[in-house]
Amino acid sequence: MKISERWLREWVNPPVTATELVAQLSMAGLEVDSAEPAAPAFTGVVVGAVVAVEPHPDADKLRVCQVDDGAGVHTVVCGAPNVAVGMLVPYARPGAVLPDGTRIGQAKLRGVASAGMLCGADELGLDTVRDGLMALPAGLTPGVDLRDALELDDTLIEIDLTPNRGDCLGLRGLAREVGVLNDCAVAEPGIEPVPARIEASFPVKISHPEGCPRYLGRVIRGVDVTRPTPTWMTERLRRCGLRPIDPVVDVTNYVLLELGQPMHAFDLERLTGGIDVRLAHPGEKLTLLDGSELTLREDTLLITDAEGPVAMAGIMGGEHSGITVDPAAPTRDIFLECAFFSPLAISGRARSYGLHTDASHRYERGVDFELQHMAMERATALLLEIVGGEPGPVTEAADKAALPVRAGVTLREARLAQLLGMRIPTATVETMLERLGLPPVSTQNTDAGRVWQVQAPSWRFDIEREADLIEEVARIYGYDNVEVTLPVSRMRLEPTLARQTDADLFRAQLAAAGQQEILSYSFVEPRLNDLFEPDAQAAVLANPISADLAAMRTSLWPGLVKTWISNRNRQQQRARLFEIGRTFALAADGAVTERAWVGGLLAGSREPESWNQPAVEVDFYDARGVVESLLALTRDPDGWQFRAEAHPGLHPGQSAAVYRLDREGGGEVLAGWVGRVHPEVQAELDLPRPVYLFALALDVLKTREIPVHRGFSRFPSMRRDIAIELDASVPGAAVLDCARSAAGEHLVDLCLFDVYAGEKLGPDRRSLALGVILQHPDRTLEDGEVTARIDAIVAALESQLGAVRR
Amino acid sequence: MQALDELIERVEAAIAAVGDERDLEQVRVTYFGKKGEVTALLKGLGQLPGDERRAAGQAINQARDRLQTQLEARRLALSAAQLDSRIAAETIDVTLPGRRSGQGGLHPHTQTMQRIETIFRNAGYGVATGPEVETEYYNFEALNIPAHHPARAMHDTFYLEGGERLLRTHTSPVQARVMEKSEPPIRIICPGKVYRVDSDMTHTPMFHQVEGLVVDRDISFADLKGTVIDFLRVYFEADLAVRFRPSYFPFTEPSAEVDVECVHCRGEGCRVCSQSGWLEVMGCGMVHPRVLEMSGIDSETFTGFAFGFGVDRLSMLYYSVDDLRLFYENDLRFLAQFR
Repeated sequence: MKISERWLREWVNPPVTATELVAQLSMAGLEVDSAEPAAPAFTGVVVGAVVAVEPHPDADKLRVCQVDDGAGVHTVVCGAPNVAVGMLVPYARPGAVLPDGTRIGQAKLRGVASAGMLCGADELGLDTVRDGLMALPAGLTPGVDLRDALELDDTLIEIDLTPNRGDCLGLRGLAREVGVLNDCAVAEPGIEPVPARIEASFPVKISHPEGCPRYLGRVIRGVDVTRPTPTWMTERLRRCGLRPIDPVVDVTNYVLLELGQPMHAFDLERLTGGIDVRLAHPGEKLTLLDGSELTLREDTLLITDAEGPVAMAGIMGGEHSGITVDPAAPTRDIFLECAFFSPLAISGRARSYGLHTDASHRYERGVDFELQHMAMERATALLLEIVGGEPGPVTEAADKAALPVRAGVTLREARLAQLLGMRIPTATVETMLERLGLPPVSTQNTDAGRVWQVQAPSWRFDIEREADLIEEVARIYGYDNVEVTLPVSRMRLEPTLARQTDADLFRAQLAAAGQQEILSYSFVEPRLNDLFEPDAQAAVLANPISADLAAMRTSLWPGLVKTWISNRNRQQQRARLFEIGRTFALAADGAVTERAWVGGLLAGSREPESWNQPAVEVDFYDARGVVESLLALTRDPDGWQFRAEAHPGLHPGQSAAVYRLDREGGGEVLAGWVGRVHPEVQAELDLPRPVYLFALALDVLKTREIPVHRGFSRFPSMRRDIAIELDASVPGAAVLDCARSAAGEHLVDLCLFDVYAGEKLGPDRRSLALGVILQHPDRTLEDGEVTARIDAIVAALESQLGAVRR
Repeated sequence: MQALDELIERVEAAIAAVGDERDLEQVRVTYFGKKGEVTALLKGLGQLPGDERRAAGQAINQARDRLQTQLEARRLALSAAQLDSRIAAETIDVTLPGRRSGQGGLHPHTQTMQRIETIFRNAGYGVATGPEVETEYYNFEALNIPAHHPARAMHDTFYLEGGERLLRTHTSPVQARVMEKSEPPIRIICPGKVYRVDSDMTHTPMFHQVEGLVVDRDISFADLKGTVIDFLRVYFEADLAVRFRPSYFPFTEPSAEVDVECVHCRGEGCRVCSQSGWLEVMGCGMVHPRVLEMSGIDSETFTGFAFGFGVDRLSMLYYSVDDLRLFYENDLRFLAQFR
């Protein structure tokens, strides 16, 4: 809502400056978005009357004008093509200073002396386009300072009203609020009933009183809609952000701004039968004033005549029945509508048709349901003044039972004190209620303080229960005047979660391991979901921002890969990334399952380029190492297994599924994946080098063991190394498992310290070197015992895996 | 005693001539060992007549002691020289960079959220989370925003195709979910991602919020003010002015918007605060009695306050980031600045 300060001050004129007024409004919950001068600063410009125009002797495009500024007649050279005798124009006298800082002096233009300059609206900062001289409205007195003549010393205040304050969507409501804040009187302009001069009326029936409890109509015959709207009105509309359109619309808009009451004017000759306010029939159509043709839904309230819909109630009029100013066939008789539509009948409807109008904005929030007569008289008087005509009587169709009910609301002084955390003096509370138009209808004294019964006025739709009144009192009292305390609580101790991991634990580990955290959007390009999780059903947005943010991610990999691609395009040579976030899977029944993951990406060299480390590209084992470091945080070293399994997004020869084993239950759960991106996906994404990805579901990593000290031997340990050769297809994990189970109870460590494959061994063979470390808890192991164990391990490897000792 | 003098001369020459400790040891063995020449001289004393023997013995012992002192001195000098040369040989350029792994780091929002969590956990708040794909009920209705309420238009909601489900537009649904499941006293914050159909210079379609909720007996608006003021001062580590402006949220009443003194200009007026001296940082209010009732909490016995703010905004102010969109572009040149 944009208002003119001058206009507001005609209603209420508190002794505060514009700046103070703006601060007051903001601190009362009517947030001021901006406050700007109506016109930029300029001085020395007065109203001038052009009394003579002659051609310039030496220039085709210039004219020599005689301008009367009240004090005398001056010769002024002017280049504007629209200059004409009899025009009133802004005249910058010598000494005037224009908004751009130009100082106007005596000048000679092609040999003719010019005393000052005639101005266009753009030169005075009143318009942005250059359109010749600014023609001032007739009736201004030459010589009067232009700022006074046009009331340019004004502030335009833009207020961002919250949806509960529909009552302030008009000057009248704002004036009331300013009156409350300053405790000063509001002077309403005198609005007198305009007596009917003719009998004419148009029948009105309300078929849906819940949606339209009150509908006022009035016929005005013989109007001349080709007359111009007076400047004072168009200027006020302009300052409040509305473009002048035609005199009838300008008047209804003016009443909308002034009183907050939307109105509509029909061309009476285009209406047939009578008005019926009803809900739309299925499939009914209406072409609106803006030219759009809509198929209406049954929840839409309509204004109809005998032939069908003529307006969408409280939202927009129809094209066919609107006012025409076409000089060939202008509207002669009008039918004015001034109604109260229930907020519930209007709210959401405009938006559901992609519309938003000044009328719907107000009806949705609630229009004063006692305002219609006043608005009708105001509009009638203004119309008669501008377009003439003969008014008929005001006809009213109403269902009083359907009007909003203002039930009594109780305010307990004790509750007010408890909720605010402080006591406001009783008299202060009562004065504030009075000022707000909420005078108590009854007051009761109890041990806990007073109890007031109040009734909300017809313009307030946001006073329904005690909390609403507490808010009003607090607001007017001033939030800044409320005390500042801290909640007092019982200091209960909460359990810690020692047996659980949390996301921050993984974050710290990953950051320490050289991975950088990213945060990517939860919605991705559907194609990327399909590349990495072709079998998952993605939840798709009905109204995405763009096609590449249209589907909820089914994997963290699209975000990680896109991040790598965009950084590569910005000359990054390597990246180690991770993200912790949710994926979204759509089930057949429409339910969406959210699952939290930690995912990562490795690409480029293993380490940043450095003089002391070789430039080696990352491989599968770097990614797996990061995964292992995360699994280690569960303190469950034997609970995890990596298995060579295929994933549609990963290289079939370089991908592993990670399982969590449930040793008690004997089951297992898939925890995630690690691997190299599939060569086809890599090609599809135009990546010249492979990237490595991992993802682990946080729910599977959730439990964490508490360390239990098991003691350690103080006797020397014995190490023996074993080198074996075997078929390359035997998984390394199988070799380690086999060796471990054959090593017996004294095994304390088993390490794989070399893997060799080469021509010497043949194409399908490889050799592995194992370090076996044995230790007895209570004594030093004897050589023979160690040798026997090593022989047992070798024997097991030979018999079970076909290994040969080298 | 010409032989002795000659021997002394030879021994001295030998000591002076050696280049390392091993050769010096050889000299010691040659002259002072069991079969050494000096030892032999001493052994030969017995063959001398008694009076000569005494004088000769004295001379030889003196010479031996002197030579051994020389030998020891020579040993120390050689040892020191050897250490020096070893050190010289092992000297490296310590100004070259060390060997280290590439550095990782946390996203600035994560760091902001961790700070916020720490601040509230220290005061005894718990942390609650909820789904990002929500129902109309929790996102709107349970928060006193019925269908067609004008406030819904302000939320620019993302809907999922073919269903009632939507992406939550704020973290407030977690409030309702927590209140349904627990009895007061409730003291929680709910951090998380939220979504709105909005994408321009100052909006990203996904962003982060933290919601706070306290429900107990006798919780007041004054308590809300105290908590919010404390939080902002602790978060910004400065004694900033804070003001509360009446506002409207369907799920709180009274409702307020909170402005904090501009952290950049300290209220003087600058580009960051659009010359106003104030920064709008959060919305808050007393939990609407209808919201308490819908979640099964007796609104006569218990009152509560709630507040919510954008993590993105607090991150921007704390780290002097001037473009919101940088947070989700994940440019490593941006992210690396927060390690």
